[in-house]
Amino acid sequence: MIHTLNETYVLMCRELKRWYRSKVLLIATIIQPVLWLGLFGKAMNITGMFNIPEEILEELPPALTSKLSILFNSIIKEYFGVANIDYFSYMAMGMITVIILFTSMFSGMSIVWDRRFGFLNKLLVAPISRSSILLSRVFASVIRALVQAFLISLIALAFGLKLNICNNPVVIPLAILTLILLAVGLSSFFIAIAARIKSWEVHAGVMNLINMPLMFSSNVLYPKKLMPNWLKGIASVNPLSFTADILRQAFLYGSNANLSQILLDFEAILIFSLLLTSICILIANKALKEI
Amino acid sequence: MDNIIIARELTKVFNGLVAVDHISFEVEEGEIFGFLGPNGAGKTTTINMLTTLIKPSFGEAYVGGYHIIKESSKVRSIIGLVPQDITVDDDLTGWENLMLQAVLYHIPKNEAKKRIVEVAELVNLSKDLDRKVETYSGGMRKRLEIACGLIHRPKILFLDEPTLGLDVQTRAAIWRYIKMLNKEFGMTIFLTTHYMEEADSLCDRIAIIDYGKIKALDTPENLKNGLGGDIIEVELGEYINNSNISRLISSIEGITGYKLINNKLRIKALGGEHILPRILEKLIQNNIYVSSVMLRKPTLDEVFLELTGRRLREEYGSRIDARKFRIILKRARKL
Repeated sequence: MIHTLNETYVLMCRELKRWYRSKVLLIATIIQPVLWLGLFGKAMNITGMFNIPEEILEELPPALTSKLSILFNSIIKEYFGVANIDYFSYMAMGMITVIILFTSMFSGMSIVWDRRFGFLNKLLVAPISRSSILLSRVFASVIRALVQAFLISLIALAFGLKLNICNNPVVIPLAILTLILLAVGLSSFFIAIAARIKSWEVHAGVMNLINMPLMFSSNVLYPKKLMPNWLKGIASVNPLSFTADILRQAFLYGSNANLSQILLDFEAILIFSLLLTSICILIANKALKEI
Repeated sequence: MDNIIIARELTKVFNGLVAVDHISFEVEEGEIFGFLGPNGAGKTTTINMLTTLIKPSFGEAYVGGYHIIKESSKVRSIIGLVPQDITVDDDLTGWENLMLQAVLYHIPKNEAKKRIVEVAELVNLSKDLDRKVETYSGGMRKRLEIACGLIHRPKILFLDEPTLGLDVQTRAAIWRYIKMLNKEFGMTIFLTTHYMEEADSLCDRIAIIDYGKIKALDTPENLKNGLGGDIIEVELGEYINNSNISRLISSIEGITGYKLINNKLRIKALGGEHILPRILEKLIQNNIYVSSVMLRKPTLDEVFLELTGRRLREEYGSRIDARKFRIILKRARKL
């Protein structure tokens, strides 16, 4: 047991050293969400459509403008949860979720490369527990994901993210725990895929096949309410949706945060993560033994 | 001496392709044992089975007395593997690579530090340990790779093509390390190679392997002597009939056979360097003009030729079939 912990720890350190020493990898994983944030988030300003230009506002009778603002606020509240929200902040929370997805994907990539360069064989020849090979990668991936999520938050703040933090002290730790759980679940998932698929070309293809649909079939970019029913169904069970929702409740909704919804989201992520992790570690363990 | 590796009918089939075909052999404790054969002959597959990386399709093997499937973790704790590819981490320093390896073999930290200094000394990398591996040359990486394989002082060291792609000086240095490990630490060494010089100069015993089968297994000397000695070729200035030659040569001791092809006389003899002057003496005394002579010591390449009908070196003869086989095998392994 002590041995397994020790092995897991050193292998995790190796993963992390490889990550922070390779600047390209660090930038490559972060650049895509930043581009999404900067280009898509700023250009696709849906909530901005409801701003009435000053000159029109002056010509309207005050009674009508207050009616209009009630109407517009109710529309925004209907789709985005709260009235005083801008699209950029809304999608920034989505991007923090997406960065977890992207970094988790790299945990699988490292297995594929280690196999290609023979390092995996060296690990398999050593008298170490097979689980430590997998667990070390999951843990490293969680740390990577959290650091990158933090970096993305800083960048979003610089771009003009408006925080309105929930006053309940439990919610913020719960949101961070959700990020960790999502990272654990997704990393195990991608590691299991990488352990089964032995050629890196196929692996790259499969990654693309999973990533984009997973991102677009969730509420990270746009509210669920606007989706057609079939897509809404998928988005409602997509783990990214739960995570993005918790983040928005915790960081954007302020006093309007809905605690029962937060707990519901959290339970969903907890179940998703535990289930996926145990299944995937089993699959990956078996795959490593069959080499 | 005890047999430290025993393989019985070891077989591996990849998707219907027989990579290793019912091979049986024993390796004695303390010897350098080599698998010599062309690429794709099944050498790496055999190593992978013995080091518990893949399961044999048929047959069994014991390494250090442990069954390779039933007691795989015990096997892993007494062996070291230096794989064909360079697997040391580019992004880590030499020291970090060795430390990682030490922890994986459960060596306590203080002991590990001592051993790192020791193995680095052994492979002449002491000064370079604090540098990242990406600044190392190919030969240095290979030496670090060997150091990684030694850190836990394995009883048996598996070397898969230890000098593949290295220059002559580095190769010579690595041969020295291998010999030293064997002599000073009594380490049993199992290596594969497709360089006959390597097998010849390093190994106590060699198994010649081709298409997954062992064609011969003996000491390099015995394998070469099995060919019937050295080859002397004498080109004569004029045509001489067979019976005349026979009369001249048969009186010389040590000649095991001869053949006359046109005006070229091909003689097999034990200790060719002592026989050659006698032959020339005889020919010149009889006023036969000799235009050129050549003495060839038998090499393992010739042994391979004798056993398989093909040369080991790829530039000789047609190797297309073997190359195809190798490509198919690589693909099959991937699946």
